Amino acid sequence: MRLLPLTLKSAWNRRLSLSLTILSIAISVMLLLGVDQVRKEAKRNFINTISQTDLIVGARSGPLNLLLYSVFRIGNATNNLSWQSFEEISTHPKVKWAIPLSLGDSHRGFRVLGTNQDYFKHYKFGGKRHIELAEGKVFDHVYEAVLGATVANQLNYKLGDNIVLSHGLSSARFADHDDKPFRVIGILKKTGTPVDRTVHVPLEGISAIHIDWQSGSRSPLRLNAEQTLNMNLKPKEITAFMLGLKKRIQTFRVQREINNYDQEPLLAILPGATLSTLWGLLSNFETILLVISAFVLVAGLIGMLTTIISSLNERRREMAILRAIGAHPYHILLLFLLETLIIASLGILMGVILLYSMLIAVNPLIVDWIGISLQITFLDWQQLTLLAVILVVAILISLIPGIIAYRHSLQDGLMLRL
Amino acid sequence: MSQSVVTFDNLQFRWPRSSRPVLDIAHLDIKAGEHLFIQGPSGSGKTTLLNLLTGINQPDQGNLNILGQDLCAMNSIQRDRFRADHLGVIFQQFNLLPFLGIMDNVILPCRFSRHRLSKAGDLETTARQLLDELQIPGELISRDVMDLSVGQQQRVAAARALIGNPEIVIADEPTSALDTANRDSFIDLLFSRATEHGSTLIFVSHDEHLSTHFSHCINLADINSILLENTP
Repeated sequence: MRLLPLTLKSAWNRRLSLSLTILSIAISVMLLLGVDQVRKEAKRNFINTISQTDLIVGARSGPLNLLLYSVFRIGNATNNLSWQSFEEISTHPKVKWAIPLSLGDSHRGFRVLGTNQDYFKHYKFGGKRHIELAEGKVFDHVYEAVLGATVANQLNYKLGDNIVLSHGLSSARFADHDDKPFRVIGILKKTGTPVDRTVHVPLEGISAIHIDWQSGSRSPLRLNAEQTLNMNLKPKEITAFMLGLKKRIQTFRVQREINNYDQEPLLAILPGATLSTLWGLLSNFETILLVISAFVLVAGLIGMLTTIISSLNERRREMAILRAIGAHPYHILLLFLLETLIIASLGILMGVILLYSMLIAVNPLIVDWIGISLQITFLDWQQLTLLAVILVVAILISLIPGIIAYRHSLQDGLMLRL
Repeated sequence: MSQSVVTFDNLQFRWPRSSRPVLDIAHLDIKAGEHLFIQGPSGSGKTTLLNLLTGINQPDQGNLNILGQDLCAMNSIQRDRFRADHLGVIFQQFNLLPFLGIMDNVILPCRFSRHRLSKAGDLETTARQLLDELQIPGELISRDVMDLSVGQQQRVAAARALIGNPEIVIADEPTSALDTANRDSFIDLLFSRATEHGSTLIFVSHDEHLSTHFSHCINLADINSILLENTP
């Protein structure tokens, strides 16, 4: 193609303004793909807040409510379920493991979760990641606590510190369980999930601090921490529990059995499905982000158009020379088309390179800050289609200066406008 | 007698949406190998004449025959191809594309015309030879176009007009940016090269002093029967 080297050399002559144009397109492409990538990663991470858990069981309420309080520590359970039901279901032949969850207390704004050691063994997030200890060990004693990474970090706790739990979610002094402090025995690594914002204590610890409480207030009968240890601390009720099944395929059957459990009204949900529903409610935000980055792209393309149109007048002489040599006006149109094609392709290519360099550079920081690891994958079909659309739009845009130049060259002929 | 390369018969041209023609030439005959000087003050229709000769515009009436072909019967793409194949054009100034090297500027017509490409043979050799004939020293060829003097630029433009031996070379005020000494030597060079390469030269200018160089001179005002209101 004889026009291509001409286009390249002509463009090279205007390389400063054109390279800025390419940069602006590259940045908008990077932004658009980046937002899309982060959106997909955020969704993946969100959906993976909890994984490998087949069912979550609580007292009968709504699925979203159950998910919110059991996994995200948001809101409250309307009802508890009996320890007896938990024991019965957790020994069901199809059940591999069960994690009891007891919620309701807090520590300086962070939720307290009563559970047992199975939690540290079986709870998984982000695919197959286990909860890991950053330091210390898992609780083994009634008055021991394991802190999530954010709790330890924000409240500046170290191993061996004593913490006092509060009854309910208030931080009012009168509701403190100050007679039975807990010792920090372990601190967890960052997970990027609500686990980071949780104080973990044994179920027996929850029983112990409530043993001398009745219906939300302290009873006149007071038992100190030592005396309490001699009492029966087996919990009477818990808030919810998580189940892992021996065979995944049995999930729906077990769910049905639990939902039809005749001892008390229970609700079993599939965490993955409910998480997807919840994400659907949150997805307006991602749409807004996408729309904003689309506008940035439009601005980038308009910038390209501006640059090319503003070069039109100074290029009139170029066009007249080419006409004299025998170029048809359609050659002139083609010159602009080729130029835009080159600019847009380079912009897109550079945008993709920028995106990946950014992802690679930022990934370790993000893992550190929020515990979310961005999976660096190649562009998917949807993104490739998007890039193709950008290219087509750029070419359509190039018709504007192309047609102006075409008309100029028809009008001017061989006359040079100096 | 040598044969005609260009024949005008009852040629009329008017701009679109204009009722009056700007050019009306009863007859004009240009012979092969001729060096023709067309003199005309500004506004006498020089540009229009050039646009017609080069096939940029088409006459509204009459016959325009170049190299035995009827230009009026061609469409715009055919006329552009015809120009690429058979015509070399030199402008007043700024003839060269600033982003191309001297060599690329000279061989540019061969990118648009296979006909001239095949006539030119080896492009590099031919271009060097032409530049040498036009007194552009070899060490200048690697220079930037903008580093050349105006006279050198016009000579490079002449080399471009002559590459691939087009039958007709049209020069539109090519010397108006040159001083007298440069002007005369440029015209001499152009004459000898045109003769050497067998091209007919059509030289258009407002400057009547140049006519002394030419054997055949035409005043456009004499052959264009349109009376101009704004004749200076």
